[in-house]
Formats: sequence, structure tokens, C-alpha cells
Amino acid sequence: MSTMKINDHCELFQGAEYQEQFEKKKEFERPWPEEKVKEVSDWTKTEEYKELNFARQNIKINPAKACQPLGAVFCASGFEGSMPFVQGAQGCVAYFRSHLSRHFKEPFAAISTSMTEDAAVFGGLNNMLEGLENAYALYHPKMLAVSTTCMAEVIGDDLNAYIKTAREKGAIPNDLPVPFAHTPSFVGSHIVGYDNMLKGILKDLSAGQKKEPNGRVNIIPGFDTYTGNYHELKRLMAIMGIAFTLLSDVSDTFDSPNTGEYKLYPGGTPLSEAKDAVNALGTIALQKYSTVKTLEYIRKEWDRKAFTATPIGIRNTDIFFEELSKLTGKPIPAAIETERGRAVDAMVDSHPYVHGKRFAMVGDPDMLLGMISLIMEMGGRPVHIVCTNGDKHFEADAAELLASSPFGADGKVYAGKDMWHLRSLLFTEPVDLLVGNSYAKFLVADTGTPLIRVGFPLFDRHHLHRQPIIGYQGALNLVTMIVNKVLDEMDRKTMHSASFDVIR
Amino acid sequence: MRQIAIYGKGGIGKSTTTQNLVAALAEAGRKCMIIGCDPKADSTRLILNRKAQNTVMDMAREKGTVEDLELDDVLLRGFKGIKCAESGGPEPGVGCAGRGVITAINFLEENGAYGDDTEFVFYDVLGDVVCGGFAMPIREGKAKEIYIVTSGEMMAMYAANNISRGVLKYAQSGGVRLGGLICNSRKTDKEFELISELASKLGTQMIHFVPRDNEVQRAELRRKTVIDYAPTHPQADEYRELARKIADNKNFVIPTPITMDELERLLMDYGIMESEEAVA
Repeated sequence: MSTMKINDHCELFQGAEYQEQFEKKKEFERPWPEEKVKEVSDWTKTEEYKELNFARQNIKINPAKACQPLGAVFCASGFEGSMPFVQGAQGCVAYFRSHLSRHFKEPFAAISTSMTEDAAVFGGLNNMLEGLENAYALYHPKMLAVSTTCMAEVIGDDLNAYIKTAREKGAIPNDLPVPFAHTPSFVGSHIVGYDNMLKGILKDLSAGQKKEPNGRVNIIPGFDTYTGNYHELKRLMAIMGIAFTLLSDVSDTFDSPNTGEYKLYPGGTPLSEAKDAVNALGTIALQKYSTVKTLEYIRKEWDRKAFTATPIGIRNTDIFFEELSKLTGKPIPAAIETERGRAVDAMVDSHPYVHGKRFAMVGDPDMLLGMISLIMEMGGRPVHIVCTNGDKHFEADAAELLASSPFGADGKVYAGKDMWHLRSLLFTEPVDLLVGNSYAKFLVADTGTPLIRVGFPLFDRHHLHRQPIIGYQGALNLVTMIVNKVLDEMDRKTMHSASFDVIR
Repeated sequence: MRQIAIYGKGGIGKSTTTQNLVAALAEAGRKCMIIGCDPKADSTRLILNRKAQNTVMDMAREKGTVEDLELDDVLLRGFKGIKCAESGGPEPGVGCAGRGVITAINFLEENGAYGDDTEFVFYDVLGDVVCGGFAMPIREGKAKEIYIVTSGEMMAMYAANNISRGVLKYAQSGGVRLGGLICNSRKTDKEFELISELASKLGTQMIHFVPRDNEVQRAELRRKTVIDYAPTHPQADEYRELARKIADNKNFVIPTPITMDELERLLMDYGIMESEEAVA
């Protein structure tokens, strides 16, 4: 057997051969003297540059958001036998699949109708007809949940009419649920796409199902990419003794056990439960901004209670259980109070290290609201809050939350801003810690601010999504991440001093 | 609430006819709304008595995103409380006007522009159904009735037939129906008979024959409908009659468009066009 030495790329690119190449390429890629590069680089750290940066209008740099159909296919994949089906171009769907796979380290199936030039001219009806027919014949789904990419939206494809035509032409059986949502990528973000798709699915499945209340509770996780949260919810609801329906349950889709056998449809919310969701006592959404239209629909069309409670942090989790108890009439069991006590105890233990620390954070609106709350509970000070896909309502919510605690006094909310804005802020008003997704690591490289990885996507660390961040256990996990980042940082800085202590 | 879409060849008088008939409905106490689906944004100036209003797309461009738009920015009230909104859109030759219509209608719907008390919503749609965007008003859950404005000119009839083909496509999968042709007279030969015959070939009716009268032009110059400018003029009664017929209309059909040959034969039958044999 021959042995081949395969260089790790971390070493490979440090080798003389590549370093020489990089040096030669400079002439084309960066043909300025090092001093000039350094000068400009230093200038980007100034107050003057920050002002220019915040005045910029026509470019977004590293926005912390994905597009509507990504949220839609994510939502669609959480139902039994459901295949996400995207009317649009193939490259878009390849992106959704790879993006989700890179975060979860799991395969992800979704269908594209491969619209090309002729579809752009003549409309996508034929793509839809053939797509539905093929998808049904090949993959035997119990539901095909249709969303759209920009292309279908610009030319104005009418999904409702197309799906009806497909049924009339016999491409798909009449009783196959084919909910749909228009999800133009150029409007909103992945959280809006999630909302639109969920509303479409519930609208389709609940038609004609309304009967007497069934005593169950619906829980909508929202665009929640922590499979650990789904498992945690199930555990907590079992302790509470509440029968509930998750809408939609992506836990098996993105966290299926390795049995040696690939399952195209590993789990999801049973369709029978989803159909019966209209008869639940009420619906609790764990995120506000990814469920706006869905909750409005439930209140108006189902005429049932629907509200939001995001159980991130102690106080938020208290509210979640209180609301749940009020809705169902079930008391909060002692076991849950014990969990709360443990989490609070842990927070007290770690409190001295987090108290007074300044935080910057970037991500989806609901994650940010939860993190602001938890960080302030630990005595941390949220300073820069950047939310690319946040709107004025989010700005108001976040401002109100900051105003509720003395630790929020330094906090400023930046809705619609991106990570390049945040980069400026980190230079002009430095903080101790940064909360964000994997893309925030470029801010670490530029500014040296330590990063606590929370949110989506998390491409560069493994299994973070398997740990819950909701409930008291989730609060404990977040506290662990935060305090240990502080301590890692302390060790790094004191490594060669008397303060390099074994006990922290 | 009845939602009604008005289509027809460019320049045929859709906007003028729509505004006059809506003014007549409003005068009779009906609660109405007009949504202009044309980048030119001239569907509401006779109701608002002023130049084009702030369109949804103008305001979206100004604010950077349609999500930051407030309903009050784009929904105005004009003559007799008629609610007016214009989709707006790009300058000629750039961008995508169809997408503008989709964006505008979605925005108006999501923000409750129609309200609970509106009885009639009229969509005044640009020219032919040139792309998916211009079919937005007749998607399911929106306009269920369509009226096509035409005249005795061949190209206007040709357009009416073409639009019927578009309607047919939507009627087969959805609930949209053709309510009739509105003949906006250009005083061509045998116009009344010709459009009545075209209507019957399309399986529908000529719901009203609006005679040509310069009073319309005079009112328009003052940014008014005839109903508003000269309520006692006989032309105002013509629009009142059209409004009454539309309000009472029960004749809704899936159109039966004809071929180009049939359309030419129709013109020959009425002696408007000579047959090729006769020319030879």
C-alpha cells in the first residue's frame, strides 16, 4: 500500500510555494504598498469612518439575514411526509439545502422546478405541472409545500391557479395537500418566509376541520434552528402534563439518529395533528417576528387565542410557564421550579464574572430580545444591538426592554444595519463580548472581540444547535457559554502572569 | 364587497370611464375604492381633483422598503369619500411594472386598505394582460368580475378578444368571470352593432354604449369627472346608467374568445373591411 502525505490546508498555505504565489498575486489583487493598506485599515477604525459608514445607503455588507424561501423550506420540512417544493430556479434551492446542511450537518431534501429562460418568458405553469407530477411519482410525499424564489415572483406566477390546474390535469391527486406561500426573496427575510409558509400550511390543512376545542395546545417554535430546543420543549411539556402540537416540528428532520438507513421523511408534525390544530385551546408562538401573519390568521380565522412568549432567560421562561398554566389551567409542577432554582443558582455562581461586561450582539429579532433579557439578568450590559431583519416594531420592543433595567442604559438598537456597521461600532465603542452567528467571526478577526456563538447559521462549531437555549435548562446553557468565554479570555490574557489561576 | 377589474387597450379610456362610473356609484351612496394598476398613475386624478397621487411604489422607493410604508401615505379619499390608491411603477423602459402591481396590491391587502365597509373595489389595469403582474387583480380571492373597455376600432376589438383569452385562462382555474364589454364610442361606423355582435361572440353582453361627448374632455381638463363637473349634463346620466347596470349585473360568463380570422370576418360582415377576394 502506498502512503500519500496529505497536507492539512492550515499548514499547506503557509508553505513557501503558496506564500510565493500569494505575494505574486498582490500585484493584481492589492497593488498598494503595505503602509497605504495599513493607513486605510486604521482609518476604517475611526469615528470619521463610522459616520460615513452609517450614512451609506446603496450597499449592504455582511447582512445578518437569509432570504424568505430559506425560511419557507425550513418550515415546510417539519411536517410528516412533507416535501418542500420551490417554484423557481435551481441554484436558489441548492443554496437553501447547502446552507441548512452546513448548519445541522444533516442531509436536506427540497425540490426545485428548475425554471429557466423560457419559463421566465412564458410563465412557470409547465414547470409547476411537471414538477408536481414528478415529485409525487418519485418521492411519494404526503404533502408538497410550495414556496417561490425571486424569479417566479417577478414574473407573477399565480401559485393558487397553477396548483388547481395541476389537480385538474391529474398531475397530483385531489386529496394531496399542496399548501403554498409567495415568498419573494427581495422582501423581508427568512423569518418572513417561515411565517408565510406556516400560514399557508395551516390554512390548507385546517380547512373544514373546525370542531369543539380538543384541549390541546399548539406551540409554534418559529424559525428556531436549535434542535435541542425542540427536544427540550417536549420534555418540559411532558413534565407539565400538557398535550401539545408543535407547528412545525423540524427536530427529526435535522437531528435524526444514525441507524445506517437514510430516511427521506424522518418525522415531523403528524398531519392529523396539524389538521386538528384549529381545535386547540390556544396557540403559543415562541418567536414574535417569525409568526406575525400566522398568529393574526389564527386569531381572525380560527377565532382562537394566540400569543407570543419567548422562553429565553429566566424572566421570559417564567412568563412562558405562567401563560401556559393560565391557558391550560394546569399548575406549574415542583420539578420545573427546581430546574428554575438550579439555573438561578448557576447564574449567581457566575454572576461576578459577567456583571458589568459590555456586549454587542447581532442576529434575528427574537433571539436578540431573548439574549438582551438574559444578559441583563446576569448584570451584563447590552451596548450594540444590530438586527438586519429588524423593523421599527423590533426597535421599539428592544428599546422598551432595555429601559426596563439599569443594565440596559448603554444599549442602542440598530435595525436594518449590517455587520460592517457593527465593525465600526466595535472600534469606536469597544465591548467585552460579542454574540452572533458564524459570520461574526470576521468581526473577531478584525476587532479581536471574543464571540459567543448563538443564532443561525452556526457553520464553524459543532453541535451547538443540539443544546437547548430555551427554558431554564437553556438559560443555564447560555450562562455556561457566556461565563466560560469570559474565563477563556481571562486565561488567554493572564497566561504569563500571576493572575493565571486554576480557580475561577 | 364586489371586486371588479377594468381592462382594455391602452388609450381606450379605461381610467376616464372607471372614474366616471365610480363617481356615479359614490353619488348614489355606494362605498367605493379605486386601485390604479398602471405605472402612469393616472387612475385617480379625476376623483382626487389633482395630479397623480403618491403611489405605493414611489413611497416604497422613498422609504427604502415597502415594509416601512404606512397605509395613510398612499390611501387617499376623493370625491364623495372614494378611496384611492395607485400602484405606480418604473419609468418607461426600465424595471418591472408588473412586479409593482403585485407589491402594491399585497401591501394594500395586508394593511387592511379595503376595510369592512367598502362595497366596490375597482382595479384599473394597464392595457393588455401583458404579464403575470397585470393578472394580479384577477387572481383568486380578488376581482371576480371583469369589464373590458373597447370601441369599434379594429385594434381595440382585437385587444378585447386578447384580454378575453387571458380571462379564460384564469376563469378555468378560478372564479373570475367576464361581466361585459363597455363600448366607449369613437364614432366609428356601425359601432353599436359591431360591439354588440363581438360581445355575443365572446359569450357576453355589451353592458353599455357610452356615447362620445366633449363634455368628458372639458371635465378632464379641470381634473374632474363629468359627474362632479357637470352633474346635469346628459353625459353624466350615461355614466349613471353604466354604474346602475354594473351594480345590477347578473350576467357573468367564462368568455369564448374568437380567432383572428373570425374577428376579421366580423369586420367584413359589417362592411368595415373588404374581403381579400373583393380587393383583388
